[in-house]
Amino acid sequence: MLIVKIAVLFPELLGTYGDGGNGLVIAERSRRRGYDVDVTSVALGDDLPDADLYLLGGGEDGPQRLASDLLRRTSFARRVGDGAHVLAVCAGLQILGTTFSVEGDDEYEGLNVVDVVTRRGEHRSVGELCVRVEDETLVGFENHGGVTRLGDGVTALGTVLRGRGNDGALDGFTTSNVWATYAHGPVLALNPWFADRVIAGVLGVELEPLATAADRLYDERRLTLRV
Amino acid sequence: MGLRIAPGLLTTLATGRTVIVVSGTNGKTTTTAMTAVGWGGPVVSNATGANMPPGHAAALVASNSPRVVLEVDEAWLAAVVDATRPRVCVLLNLSRDQLDRANEVRHLAERWRTMLGDVANADLVVVANANDPLVVYAAEVSRHVRWCDVPVTWLADAVSCPKCTSALEHGEGLWRCRCGFARPRAMATTLDEELVVGDHRIELTLALPGQFNRANAAMALCALAIVGVDLDAAASRIGEITSVAGRFAERQWGGHCLQLLLAKNPAGFAAMLETVTADERDVWVAINARVADGRDPSWLYDVPFEMLRGHRVYCFGDRRLDVATRLDYAKVEYVIVDDDAAVPTSANLVPVLANYTAFSDWLACSS
Repeated sequence: MLIVKIAVLFPELLGTYGDGGNGLVIAERSRRRGYDVDVTSVALGDDLPDADLYLLGGGEDGPQRLASDLLRRTSFARRVGDGAHVLAVCAGLQILGTTFSVEGDDEYEGLNVVDVVTRRGEHRSVGELCVRVEDETLVGFENHGGVTRLGDGVTALGTVLRGRGNDGALDGFTTSNVWATYAHGPVLALNPWFADRVIAGVLGVELEPLATAADRLYDERRLTLRV
Repeated sequence: MGLRIAPGLLTTLATGRTVIVVSGTNGKTTTTAMTAVGWGGPVVSNATGANMPPGHAAALVASNSPRVVLEVDEAWLAAVVDATRPRVCVLLNLSRDQLDRANEVRHLAERWRTMLGDVANADLVVVANANDPLVVYAAEVSRHVRWCDVPVTWLADAVSCPKCTSALEHGEGLWRCRCGFARPRAMATTLDEELVVGDHRIELTLALPGQFNRANAAMALCALAIVGVDLDAAASRIGEITSVAGRFAERQWGGHCLQLLLAKNPAGFAAMLETVTADERDVWVAINARVADGRDPSWLYDVPFEMLRGHRVYCFGDRRLDVATRLDYAKVEYVIVDDDAAVPTSANLVPVLANYTAFSDWLACSS
């Protein structure tokens, strides 16, 4: 029996917008398919546990810097380099990069997992965010002040259909084991296909469709947002 | 925000009156009403919940009573304190609310702290919740603070120290940080049926439900103590309040008997969920995400809906599918209501937990 080990990193620092929902959704959708799930919430002062999937949420500026500083002192980057999976939203996306600026123009060191730089934009980006991800559409909500530039060879998660994302054209980034998006909060609750893509990636299996209340929500959001 | 008001207008209108201002994420309207009713006699108040300066000006224009209680939006507190020179400022709590307006909660605490550090009227007394670390961070710089030990249900926004961001240690009703920031000693404490203010014990029995309303009442009474009100009489008047601007009111609608509960953010929702009793089989939840609510309902995932397992939850409002999805993942029985007329009536009073505009809709359509 496969056990999915999920670690939610520092929810007290990175969990401003209901981001804990992503762990819940991964756990429930895995359980309903018969997989065992072990969800650990990693608190300040805890050691970084071994996990198949690390979840990084959104956060305010000070807590975001602290989360980055704390994680840099752990084996996080090495574990991700070794293939552990990561889903990061909003501030979590920013700290995966090499540097980020939040308040003012001071640069802070990120976790250097992906060659990505975030600078403070002229305006906050607040509103619905819709992204074309290959043949799927991601719907969500963004609220951040960053403009993110991808380094050479870094693949965006998708192209922006509505909202701002990284820079108005692209949103987030992805590697074989990392998904990052500016669609904050419970993005997996809104996008059941995305939740299943993450689960399938972590388990290395093909998944059968699973009917949940989220299917109707996803259809309704796409209709309302005309994407 | 509507009209812009002339600078100095609020100051002119407030001059010569005794002003109490009330702010915080949750309980503003209720605590303002409790303060006004507890004070007794004619009291001016922005009872409609219009809690920004135009609403304050409108209330002050409407009456020349010397007693004023103003509910103030958290983001407007500095401006209103500066303009109205209050005698007392009540700070209830701070937690995440309508984050799409970018008023991140720690920034609000910082702004309150700056305001209280620079405040012009030296005799301002702050009545502050000693159990909320963000409120303590804001209020500790004040010259005169009355700390209140009142029940809090939500500390998810104060897990890390507002000063140094280390993890706060919580335990036995106390909290502290290794940097030295710690819960202050309270001068007022709520007990089961009483409120203790200094060495004075006041009987406190409320018609309104919930521990959060005991907290609201305690803070209202602490504010009234500062303006010299007899607390036993005030507590008795506050105890008789049965609803505030429709909140907690029993209403009739289409053969259903409903109790309307306003719950517009995770902390408020958690507090309201605690008032739902096991014998209330059916619960209605109504959620919108209009401008006044905040356009982003992500916060539903911060609400402990798991508490509703064993109930049957009817999902109403523009965002009923978001609610249904949240409940599905929480393993709570749910019914999506696309046709209001199809909802079966219950023999009992049905709790309706609704956020801001959904609450207004239900208040308007029920009687």
